[in-house]
Amino acid sequence: MVSDIKVSIKNLYKIFGSNGKDMVQKVEEGATKASLQAEYKHVLGLNNVNIDIPARRIQVIMGLSGSGKSTLIRHLNRLIEPTSGEIMVDGEDVLAMSDVELRNFRRNKMSMVFQKFALLPHRTVIDNVGYGLKIKGTDKAEMNERSQKWIDRVGLSGFENNYPAQLSGGMQQRVGLARALATDAEILLMDEAFSALDPLIRNDMQDILLDLQEELHKTIIFITHDLDEALNIGDNIVILRDGAVIQQGSPQEIVLDPADDYVRDFIKDINRARVLDVSSVMKTGSNDSGLELASDVILELAMPAMIKADVTSANVMRDGEVIGVVTLADMIGGIARPESHEGEQVTYR
Amino acid sequence: MELFDDFPSMGRTDLRDLKKGIDFAFSDFSRDNGEAIEGFFDPLMYFMVWFEKLLMAAPWPIMILIFALLAWLGARSIGIVIGTIVSFLAIGYFGMWEDTMATVAIISVATFLCIGLGIPLGILMSRSNRLQAGVTPVLDIMQTIPSFVYLIPVVMLLGIGKVPGLIAVCIYALPPIVRLTNLGIRLVDKEVLEAAEAFGSSYRQKLFDVQIPLALPNIFAGVNQTIMMALAMVVIASMIGVKGLGVPVLRAVSNQYLALGLMNGLAIVALAVIFDRVSQQYGKRLQKHREGGHGV
Repeated sequence: MVSDIKVSIKNLYKIFGSNGKDMVQKVEEGATKASLQAEYKHVLGLNNVNIDIPARRIQVIMGLSGSGKSTLIRHLNRLIEPTSGEIMVDGEDVLAMSDVELRNFRRNKMSMVFQKFALLPHRTVIDNVGYGLKIKGTDKAEMNERSQKWIDRVGLSGFENNYPAQLSGGMQQRVGLARALATDAEILLMDEAFSALDPLIRNDMQDILLDLQEELHKTIIFITHDLDEALNIGDNIVILRDGAVIQQGSPQEIVLDPADDYVRDFIKDINRARVLDVSSVMKTGSNDSGLELASDVILELAMPAMIKADVTSANVMRDGEVIGVVTLADMIGGIARPESHEGEQVTYR
Repeated sequence: MELFDDFPSMGRTDLRDLKKGIDFAFSDFSRDNGEAIEGFFDPLMYFMVWFEKLLMAAPWPIMILIFALLAWLGARSIGIVIGTIVSFLAIGYFGMWEDTMATVAIISVATFLCIGLGIPLGILMSRSNRLQAGVTPVLDIMQTIPSFVYLIPVVMLLGIGKVPGLIAVCIYALPPIVRLTNLGIRLVDKEVLEAAEAFGSSYRQKLFDVQIPLALPNIFAGVNQTIMMALAMVVIASMIGVKGLGVPVLRAVSNQYLALGLMNGLAIVALAVIFDRVSQQYGKRLQKHREGGHGV
């Protein structure tokens, strides 16, 4: 799907240290994170990052800790200043904004959800949700009305007058989510927003987010180190390592065609049948088995459907037309682990 | 071997001249500027005189009622209110009412002055590492230098009376509120501060919505310490003409009046305990929201 670009990051570098500006050139000349650290005592945070983030989709940025993903997201609202590069939001240069412009940008255009919730402990739930509105100067009555709406929307009705310390982690993060949504910002930054929650609550929160997104169509930029989470919610995924982009693409592209061993390592344990859809393993042509599958049906559901219909191949349909054909064998090939790289023995038992 | 036996000290005449030079320079300074500086503090003095007279002139039952009310508003504890009433009744019964009112007056003014100066200074210190590095040793000196030493220049400049007494009290009582305000703001959760920033807070909004409220437990501990230290200075302040419970204590020391010293000393203790409990309870009540539990 072609969509317009909401946030565009170009040639972004961040080098921590007293003399970051001069170090950019060293990195361009090929210095690595390790060599920069050893020779110049500077830390390479981001290395020539280029990402175009489409509007109204969920863009996941993932990487292990230390890969620079939290640093990257903080550049978008300039909680961290870049060493060099360009960040455009809706065609507007974020880095050129004055203090006042930047404040208005943060108040109206881009809000944020934090890993450790970062709620105000001395304010009740409703006041926390209304925090962004209060900063904007919204009057009290409207603030409470809008906060209440979002509290209800994230399922916290009845807890309006509780303090954050009285809520569980999952509930606290719902407050954090409601607070970010209450400002009606078009862009939502989520910094490992669900990472501090236990797995079941995390899945709940992902569902809440996807539900909300279906209706709100915000541009969501979601940081995570959890690939399952990335594949579950991401429309697009960027993989970072040592501050550099290793690969970007849709979940299917990442799973089918990992750019290098780092990414391959990442995806080796995931449930591929849940990520890949039939269009990703189909071949051109058609057949007459009588079974038709929509192109975006995931393999996990397509395979039992074929077995139930007792066929070994099916037509792949999009908008009422046949666009290709899949066989059971293609599907099994698709979910099998990719060729293991050298040195790793495949064992049969 | 002479070098090892006698410390190579400054010559006796030179030393005397040096001391004399400093003394004369300061006396000259105080002769030239003393009046101007006194004039600067005049409004403060008038206020203190007025406030002390007010406390003394007010009928005692009304004062006790006011103290009880303040104790209730601060602590919300019947026990502390009863303790307050009983203490003040006993103080009055043993003939120490006027001295106690004078002490309450100077302690209150000193505390408000310290809060008014200390909290903004603490906030500034929390903003700048350089300022912190500069102010911290000054605070150390203020707390450790023997009070009598700074009484000398204060008295030389301002004579004896309420204002120099107040200044002496404040020099001793100011450091904790400054230190704890600075510390409290520096300890505010970085993530919450980042959130405030991310939602577009201005500097003022960050300070009043996040930093001060979250630093309040520490700031309050500082206020409590400041009150306690101000009370500890009551006796020394009475040496330079501050009225109050310190005066009879001083008289008792020089005349060996055991009972007089004990009674007035205990009255100071009673004030200290009341101030401490009320301010601590108030501080705790501000922290109610920190209590966990999922009670709705």
